[in-house]
Amino acid sequence: MLDSNKKPTILFSDEQEQLLEVATNFCRDRFPMSETRKRIEAKEDLSKALWDEMAGLGWLGIAVPEEFGGSGLTLAEVVTVVEPMGEHLAGTPLVATTLAAQALLAAGTSAQKETWLPKICEGAIATLALSEPSGDWSLTSLEATATKSGDTLTLKGTKTFVSDAASADLVIASVSYEGKAALVLIEKTQLNNITREIVIDETRRSYRIELDGITVPASALLDISKTEAALAHIEQAACLLLSAEACGGTNGAINVIVEYLKTRKQFERYIGSYQALKHPTVDALLAMEAARSHLYYAATMFGEGIEGEIAVRMAKATSSSALAFASDRAIQFHGGFGFTYDCDAQLYRRRGIWCEAQFGDAAHHRAKLSDMLL
Amino acid sequence: MSTSAPSPAELDDFRREVADWFTANKPKDPGFLLPQSFMEVGTDEQFYFLRDWQKKIYEAGYLGMAWPKEYGGGGKPQALQDIVTREMVKQKLPFMTNTIGLNWAGPLILNMGTEEQKKAYIPGILSADDIWCQGFSEPDHGSDLGNAQLKATRDGNEFVLNGSKIWTSLGRHAKYMILLARTNPNTNNKYEGLSFFLIPMQIPGIEVQPIKKLTGEYGFNQTFFTDARISESCLIGKEGGGWAVAMATLAFERGAVGGQAGGHSMMSKHVSEVVALAKVARRNGKPAIEDPVIRDQLLQFIIEERSQALNGSRGRIKALNQERPGSLAMSGKLVGSEYQRRLNQFALSLQGSNAAYYVGDPLAYEGGLWQRSYFNAFSATIGGGTSEVQHNIIGERVLGLPKS
Ligand SMILES: Cc1cc2nc3c(=O)[nH]c(=O)nc-3n(C[C@H](O)[C@H](O)[C@H](O)COP(=O)(O)OP(=O)(O)OC[C@H]3O[C@@H](n4cnc5c(N)ncnc54)[C@H](O)[C@@H]3O)c2cc1C
Repeated sequence: MLDSNKKPTILFSDEQEQLLEVATNFCRDRFPMSETRKRIEAKEDLSKALWDEMAGLGWLGIAVPEEFGGSGLTLAEVVTVVEPMGEHLAGTPLVATTLAAQALLAAGTSAQKETWLPKICEGAIATLALSEPSGDWSLTSLEATATKSGDTLTLKGTKTFVSDAASADLVIASVSYEGKAALVLIEKTQLNNITREIVIDETRRSYRIELDGITVPASALLDISKTEAALAHIEQAACLLLSAEACGGTNGAINVIVEYLKTRKQFERYIGSYQALKHPTVDALLAMEAARSHLYYAATMFGEGIEGEIAVRMAKATSSSALAFASDRAIQFHGGFGFTYDCDAQLYRRRGIWCEAQFGDAAHHRAKLSDMLL
Repeated sequence: MSTSAPSPAELDDFRREVADWFTANKPKDPGFLLPQSFMEVGTDEQFYFLRDWQKKIYEAGYLGMAWPKEYGGGGKPQALQDIVTREMVKQKLPFMTNTIGLNWAGPLILNMGTEEQKKAYIPGILSADDIWCQGFSEPDHGSDLGNAQLKATRDGNEFVLNGSKIWTSLGRHAKYMILLARTNPNTNNKYEGLSFFLIPMQIPGIEVQPIKKLTGEYGFNQTFFTDARISESCLIGKEGGGWAVAMATLAFERGAVGGQAGGHSMMSKHVSEVVALAKVARRNGKPAIEDPVIRDQLLQFIIEERSQALNGSRGRIKALNQERPGSLAMSGKLVGSEYQRRLNQFALSLQGSNAAYYVGDPLAYEGGLWQRSYFNAFSATIGGGTSEVQHNIIGERVLGLPKS
């Protein structure tokens, strides 16, 4: 891969182009900043009408094969929907549901896929429960357990950062089972102890799930022989979609900065004419452009073995850093207003911290990459 | 092959043909140090070596391939020229020394020149028989190019030139210069007094004096004008319309628009060379590449280097450049030149105490070429508009920020 002569090429399909256009317009209409702030305050986790509309557009089944009611496209097409949603800080269960569907596709049994994937395509909400209180990014260092007795699995432990768990019809949790990582389906009715978490990105609805006391039938286990590969796939899919959110978010943060730099005056000059503000804003733009190039290359290469993994990790590393930088500067460049809750800069900064904290920050992915490349 | 878009199979065939040709015809090691870019050609032996090399490539039909046939070009699709340029970079072949002619004066003349100018200048640019230099910067006005003061005073159908241009790359070897000069010192707006000329260098009243550059070698020059007389036919564009021509030239120079003859114009370093260095450099008794901090820094460079290649690829996809169409094209020079500077600097720091050696010392790593290369990297962060000025331009034109 260090061969300078192989020029990496981004491919962009007609479907991606159409979806990007539709999603860009949709997000501009449905997720103005006023709406995002209303969603933060809203009691219910989700705007049902909006979710139905997204399901109606077919977005929940983009990367689900046609035999299960999806469009049979790939995550590369999902990226084009998630990127503009990231720009508008839209908090919806789209990413969680897409990732849960990917888990089913990667390791679900035929019965599990046939039951759940068509429902998901029609608007059922699904989510993954992977993190644990240790905060370790490794998806296989698990404290939670499943123990089998007869035809029943008894679950134990705590899962954290479970997106949209309260509205989810299906949760797929990772647990340690007979000494190995396993994935298990938990249906809405089986959840008995969930707590809304207080998270830095207030556009997210995140829950802690206590597994103690939950029992599920043994048939709720995903195919054990495929679980390890499935977790690796989920990690990469999550990194890809988080990169899309972060790239979109970086663009949103840059727009917030530019708007202020063009309208705020001090010393009888627009503050954007000061190079101390102008030049770092350009640096934020350059970082966003680079991250976006990595994002669409990762989308192009997704699933292509080691090259695909390298591309995804680079996208995650660059996009996490780009959003962190742009949103950090967004606060500073608004002066006193930047210190307020009212200023949109904080929304992007919070999103940025979320994006770094989930599935590994830039340094984490560079460390993984260095073992692959050096 | 026709001018219609070549098929993928035709492109592949051509790629192979070109690779074979370069492998067979690559020049031998000249036995002396070559410059790293057209901005640093210091000695006659360097110059003649590089000129012969360009001529050979042109005569093989691999330069100006997409330029019109009637002026010596190949009349072929741009895609073919791009393949050739990429192959030159890939095989680390010497660069095209007549870069100012090939990549900015040439496309400018093809775009705005008269039929006569095209006929007179384009063939010699391609064959390297006529070397071009650029007279923009002056001792007192560099970044503030619009304030250029070299006088071009009309006298009948001639102009008389007085003043000086500086940092003139290739000035000692050039037959022609693209010159920005002040034809009217009394305009309200500084830009309106400027005119753009294509002038001969070997005329009475023009003197070129070499300047020693930071590496200790010679490279660029100062050019003095004392009552040098040129014909009014040297004008390109209108008298008083020089600023617009200069801006068009800079767009070619910075690669913000296409139309260049092709070929590379500098030798870039690649991160894989720095990784190789990290394997031989030592830290605490072990190879430097085992140090976790160094590994992280290497990864940052690897990722950045790929960003540039990917920006190139994404730049060709219109749907992924909707919001700010000029962004990638306008930032390429800034991103690439700053990357080279930092990569070279990092290569020095890897060498531990040996970073303090320089070209000529037998213990200098790779003959001290990294040290020289680090210094030379500033040619691109300063020349063609400094990185700071590029930040201004991108901030103002791409992001719409108010002028500084
Ligand atoms: C190797 C080399 C080859 C060159 N070849 C040629 C050539 O062939 N022909 C030619 O005409 N010129 C040539 N140049 C000149 C080059 O274009 C100028 O050096 C450059 O435009 C800067 O101008 P200056 O040297 O006057 O520096 P100045 O403009 O005086 O700049 C000094 C410092 O101030 C900063 N600065 C200036 N204005 C601003 C601003 N508005 N905002 C923020 N910072 C600012 C600059 O970035 C720089 O750091 C060459 C330069 C180099 C290094």
